[in-house]
Amino acid sequence: MISVEDFAAGADAWFAEHTPRDVPFMMPLTFMEVGTDEQFEFLRDWQNTVYKAGYLGAHWPTDYGGGGLTQKHQDAATRAMRKHGAPIMLNAIGIGWAGPLILDTGTEEEKRKYLPGILSADDIWCQGFSEPDNGSDLGNAQLKAVRDGDEYVLNGSKIWTTQGNYAKYMILLARTDFDAPNKYAGLSFFLAPMRIPGVETTKIRKLTGEYGFTQTFFTDARIPADTLMGEEGGGWKVAMRTLEYERGARGGQAGGYTISQTDPLEVVGLAKRAMRNGKPALEDPVMRDRLMAQMIEAQAMMANRERSKIMPLVQEKPFALPMLSKLQFTEYARETGELALELEGAQGGYYVGDEASREDGYWQRSYLNAFSATIGGGTSQIQRNIVGEHVLGLPKTR
Amino acid sequence: MTHHLAKIALTEMQAELRDQAMKFCADKSPIAKVRALLTDERGYDPDVWQEMADLGWLGIAIPETHEGLGLELADIVPVAEAMGKYLMASPFISTTLAAQAILFGGSDRQKAEWLPKLASGTVATVALFEPSGAWDLDTVEGETKTFVLNADAAEIIVTTVRHDGQTRLALIPRDRIEVERETIIDETKRSYRFDVPKVTEDDLMPADLTAAALDRIELVANLMQSAELSGAAMACVDYTVDYLKTRKQFGKVIGAFQALKHPTVDAFIDAEGARSLLYAAATHVEKQGDGEIAVRMANAKAQGALSYAADRSIQFHGGFGFTYDCDAQLYRRVAMFAASQFGDAAFHRARLAELLL
Repeated sequence: MISVEDFAAGADAWFAEHTPRDVPFMMPLTFMEVGTDEQFEFLRDWQNTVYKAGYLGAHWPTDYGGGGLTQKHQDAATRAMRKHGAPIMLNAIGIGWAGPLILDTGTEEEKRKYLPGILSADDIWCQGFSEPDNGSDLGNAQLKAVRDGDEYVLNGSKIWTTQGNYAKYMILLARTDFDAPNKYAGLSFFLAPMRIPGVETTKIRKLTGEYGFTQTFFTDARIPADTLMGEEGGGWKVAMRTLEYERGARGGQAGGYTISQTDPLEVVGLAKRAMRNGKPALEDPVMRDRLMAQMIEAQAMMANRERSKIMPLVQEKPFALPMLSKLQFTEYARETGELALELEGAQGGYYVGDEASREDGYWQRSYLNAFSATIGGGTSQIQRNIVGEHVLGLPKTR
Repeated sequence: MTHHLAKIALTEMQAELRDQAMKFCADKSPIAKVRALLTDERGYDPDVWQEMADLGWLGIAIPETHEGLGLELADIVPVAEAMGKYLMASPFISTTLAAQAILFGGSDRQKAEWLPKLASGTVATVALFEPSGAWDLDTVEGETKTFVLNADAAEIIVTTVRHDGQTRLALIPRDRIEVERETIIDETKRSYRFDVPKVTEDDLMPADLTAAALDRIELVANLMQSAELSGAAMACVDYTVDYLKTRKQFGKVIGAFQALKHPTVDAFIDAEGARSLLYAAATHVEKQGDGEIAVRMANAKAQGALSYAADRSIQFHGGFGFTYDCDAQLYRRVAMFAASQFGDAAFHRARLAELLL
């Protein structure tokens, strides 16, 4: 087996040479921002190229399309991607959630059928959890799946399906039993095909004016019964396991990144360039104060991450820091966007595409997109319930 | 640009010291004791103070050559944090500041005379502030000092003076000073004002060390205050949470209401961040330049965290929160007084902007 050092050196050289530069369209910063066919085709090709070079799924077994190396190898490749500012990996749901789930709990047949296409990006995956009427209350999902011979018949709708219009498969949470003793016990989990009669997707236009999500409608759509993952009625457990992959609490992901990490202190650079009311923004004492407050927050998050590794300093509430990090980081990102717009002064009024906009409307777009993270994956309000109840031990709200 | 300052190092000894200090303060400073001392003239328990001296805590950051333990500034942090958490009154911070002032600004004779005494429990303090309210320690205009903590109990006071047109530090024995107690917002502390007596050459600390000593005092004061406030913020959130878990209204335990739960979570997150920044500041405090950045960040965060936690604690205790008996006011007053000493959060942010932009 090639040593990690040699592999890392190879990855570093490869990404230095192959990372695309000067792409003539707006590069999505996250897998939720893939709004045009041009962006989609480009990122699908890019993931495929990275995979074929051996830098995605390097640690997955060769039988399922992986490189047969170790996690350390893949981590080295992912570091090289970051270092060279490579575009994101497109097939996020496959790489990060469905893939590891199948790898850990799937049958041999499922592994052979699904995993290679996840890595090559030939098979795009999407997630069908949230519904129009059941967002934060995921356990109340109502999409109906009725057993009929060797098939289940699906009726209902899923929303916020990222890349739903491009996906071949969906990890789907559906209700198979409406008379179960509690709402969770009636749920089942499917690896559902998307390109079948009765499945339609409609693009959702985001507040930014761009696309990236769809709503998916199921009308008497028939899927094979063997696409059931786990047992009928055991869907909630599988969904929770999936969320652990999503939140990074469980490993096994194919590697790479699907959200490009922005430096929390990037806004300082903007502050140094921006003008307000005809003067450098940094001459405004109010702006200086707010910028420092924001830097202190960024520093606190970084220090939290450091402290979470030091057991004697987290012994009172060992899980507190990881549990509050989503809330803290996403709210921070949103507030930073707000601050950036204030720093821009009058220029904050332009938007993407205007020649007078600063950095082509990067901060305007980034502020609006920040809500995808303060709402998606459990809203900040749900996160506060979770932290309040599970960390502080406050009584349940519901 | 400041990423490296987020790194935290914790030695085994610091971890042990933290456990020891937490147990000690929990034992010696239950809330009934805190309350009893509010009206005590001295404001702290001299027997407990002697025990702290016997444990060696007063000599932590004093070199062994001066009969201290010869440890690091970072090793003081766990003690100050525990005292803050249990609202424990003592001249620990004022004595430590005086010791650091003498260590960095004193002559060999002054160090040899005073550091061994301070390491073994002699109370001392620093007098740096004037009625003008300036936080710039170099600014000495008048003859009156204010906000001199534990001045009555101190045997020696390190004070700034104007001497031959220069700002200088002087070591003045308490018996030459007439102190008057001030009424301050934080009743767990004792503060005094006095008119600076005529100083002799003998009192003065070496002129060439003044600037370094003042910088040192400010750095240590801000670090220890961060520890005190961060400890208090955690305790204050716990205090609020306990109430939210027991008080019932509308047939429900009130912690179930999101209007109370969510801000309490925000206060908790602030307090956790303050703690992390505190440990980061302790890790980097001795680094030239970086130390000041890390400490001011921790201090600004800790002031904000305790102010918010205590403000919401008063509110969420409802009618009880408006009474003297509710401990929320104690925490709120600690934060209010802290803002008057060595700069409030906005002051630290302004200094940080100068250092970082």
